[in-house]
Amino acid sequence: MKNDRKNRNILLVEDKPAALRLTQEVFRENKMPNNLYVARDGVEAMAFLRQKGEYADVPRPDLILLDLNLPKKDGREVLAEVKSDDELKRIPVVVLSVSESEEDILQCYNRQANCYITKPVHLPEFMKVIKSIENFWLNIVMLPE
Amino acid sequence: MKNDKNTRQILFVDDNPGDINLAVEALKVGRLKYNVHGVEDGEQAMTFLRREGEYAGAPHPDLILLDLNLPKKDGCQVLAEIKADANLKRIPVVMLTVSKAEEDILKSYNLRANCYITKPFDIEQIFKVVKSIEDFWFTIVKLPPNGVE
Repeated sequence: MKNDRKNRNILLVEDKPAALRLTQEVFRENKMPNNLYVARDGVEAMAFLRQKGEYADVPRPDLILLDLNLPKKDGREVLAEVKSDDELKRIPVVVLSVSESEEDILQCYNRQANCYITKPVHLPEFMKVIKSIENFWLNIVMLPE
Repeated sequence: MKNDKNTRQILFVDDNPGDINLAVEALKVGRLKYNVHGVEDGEQAMTFLRREGEYAGAPHPDLILLDLNLPKKDGCQVLAEIKADANLKRIPVVMLTVSKAEEDILKSYNLRANCYITKPFDIEQIFKVVKSIEDFWFTIVKLPPNGVE
């Protein structure tokens, strides 16, 4: 039921400072060793994933947490690019968004988001959701190598 | 086990009926209501999903639990067919299999499995894994809208 205890690399694509800081806190506390990398917009996220320029030496992430509303390049576009790239499509993408619109949800699943989660506005619920994501994807699921 | 709109529909594809029964039991504990449809081979799974023959009135599942080693049509083939079908691809597929082989894991993700979970051998552990899947997919995740028919 558990992954081997190897370091997991997670890419968090998020531009809101509060959400960023809280997510970092939750992942720091996990018993599964992990590195949380941050990209603050969609262009940065794709550069990181394609290991371009200053990102030439970064690892391929084992998991992507993707906000939908991002500067420069939208999360929907990032999702579509990841899932149509043979090198990247295996990486699970957890979409996190404030949007509850059925259209957004359906579109993300059709673009092969691995799951879609609505970001709670209030702090305790937000922490609970991030903890669930962290626990499910790092401790229960087997991630691709 | 009525099919009202508050009942979540799960398709569980596994050639071991014991595991399906275990999932049914695990899902009885808790607040939400589930209808678990168990099928034991890959062909039946596709017949169910395409609502053919005896499954003409079957609901679209909200979530699919899929084993890899299945009679008639294997799990990867079923997964590939689901994810290539415009009407079915939105449905999350959780691979639930005893295999820990990296090759199987990678292949499943490349075929667009939503997640891959190793099925433990121990009954108590299987029970726990089913509860984890339930918690995550039915209380944390927003599932895609299910076709109202």
